[in-house]
Amino acid sequence: MPNATDTMPGARTYGLLGYPADLATHAGRVGPLPLPARADRDWGGALIAALEASGLTGRGGAGFPAAIKATAARGKGRGGTIVVNAMEGEPASDKDALLMIRAPHLILDGAQLLAAVSGARSVVVCVPEGRDHVAAAAARAVAERTAARWAPVVETVVRPPDRFVAGEESALVGWIEGGQSLPAFRPDKSVPLRIGRKGALVHNAETLAHVAVIARGGPEAFRSRGLPEDPGTSLVTLSGAVSQPGVVEVDRGTPLIDIVSRATPLGPPQALLVGGYAGAWVAPEHFSTPYASLSLRAIGATAGVGVVVVLGHEACGISETARLAHYLAGQSAGQCGPCVYGLPAIADDLARLAAGHVDPGLPARLDRRLSEVEGRGACRHPDGAVSVVRSALRVFATDVHVHSRGTPCVSWDRPTQLRFPAPPVQVAS
Amino acid sequence: MTRILIDPVACDAYGYCAELLPEAITVDEWGYPIADGEPLPAELVDAARRAARDCPRRAIIVQELRAGA
Repeated sequence: MPNATDTMPGARTYGLLGYPADLATHAGRVGPLPLPARADRDWGGALIAALEASGLTGRGGAGFPAAIKATAARGKGRGGTIVVNAMEGEPASDKDALLMIRAPHLILDGAQLLAAVSGARSVVVCVPEGRDHVAAAAARAVAERTAARWAPVVETVVRPPDRFVAGEESALVGWIEGGQSLPAFRPDKSVPLRIGRKGALVHNAETLAHVAVIARGGPEAFRSRGLPEDPGTSLVTLSGAVSQPGVVEVDRGTPLIDIVSRATPLGPPQALLVGGYAGAWVAPEHFSTPYASLSLRAIGATAGVGVVVVLGHEACGISETARLAHYLAGQSAGQCGPCVYGLPAIADDLARLAAGHVDPGLPARLDRRLSEVEGRGACRHPDGAVSVVRSALRVFATDVHVHSRGTPCVSWDRPTQLRFPAPPVQVAS
Repeated sequence: MTRILIDPVACDAYGYCAELLPEAITVDEWGYPIADGEPLPAELVDAARRAARDCPRRAIIVQELRAGA
């Protein structure tokens, strides 16, 4: 994990990363879990109202309003499970891991509060295999809470496989239930997920931390940061051509260029990859775009999983996107034909383009493949790949033009500015 | 209103559906079916049900949508 840059000055009133990691200090600072008195039937409604007034949206990628999710689940999760999603399958994201290490009790408090709203009887924290330091932090927090009787419903830490799609909610719930870590085909996403016969609600770790702050401090604390129409803060992982990669907490609405300046770019960025590996490239003319859902959507981007990668001028966006597409193709769960065959074909087209192959049919073929693959997976993995490739063709149109006339990319052999997990070490048998 | 959905996990690209119902299903370059997702004309509903029955992988879903849905 890279060094985390600290929260910005003035972030003291609302800064997730500034919360204490141990329970005694946490309890001293924030007080007890604000759970309902036994007779208080309206408590769940009051918490949902606070979430609604806060305007909190999910921080795991989809950006769904937290109050709507909690309302739909109210009372329906009886006996069920709150799943804390700290899978963070994006190689360029560290925010949920860092939050789990820095402020695990905030995350777990949020899970307990939503368990009280939905009637869930257990909290299951998911940290992937391999990230032992994160799982250890979660387990330490759970042990502290159990010993101090701080956890009204039982909390456990589980270790699903470390794969890009393992954190997709149906894959996660399927794995917890004892099945394989594979996304399910769900034509109607409003049908709740289940573990056995009981409801399972999956929430991103950072979202739960915000829930815990809002439950104690009210919606005003959250709304004191960010924009009226897109309030609060978000954790963002910065990497790429920067001298200080790491996680920062930013106000929603902060201009993109101000966010990346906190990681000290090595030079003027050529482009930014915003939202993660399933996000979109953003060109310099849009660097002042506010980091907020509607503003990002207007330029074809999304806040996604809170990742911003800085692309330096010496890199080629097409080469980098070819590597990205190749990585995403390799991370397919392998269930759906359009993803299994389409993503490698798209990655090959990009690689041929970057290598300067003169192939007059390539642009039309790539365009058709992108259109045909989109929307045809059980999960949205292929759609994310299509989104990032389409944005590359738009933002790096000049490079596309040059390469398609036979000039290979000069930086193909240079190391990538993106982060990819090291391939598993092969042990000779 | 009726429409066709394809379960992409179940589908193994046998391709019978595209032969039985070319009006609503095409195939991509790897042989996997693409349903246009549009409401199915009434005269094609029977053919769609047959395509669903004949799919070896049971990957075709003929979905009835209530009015207004």
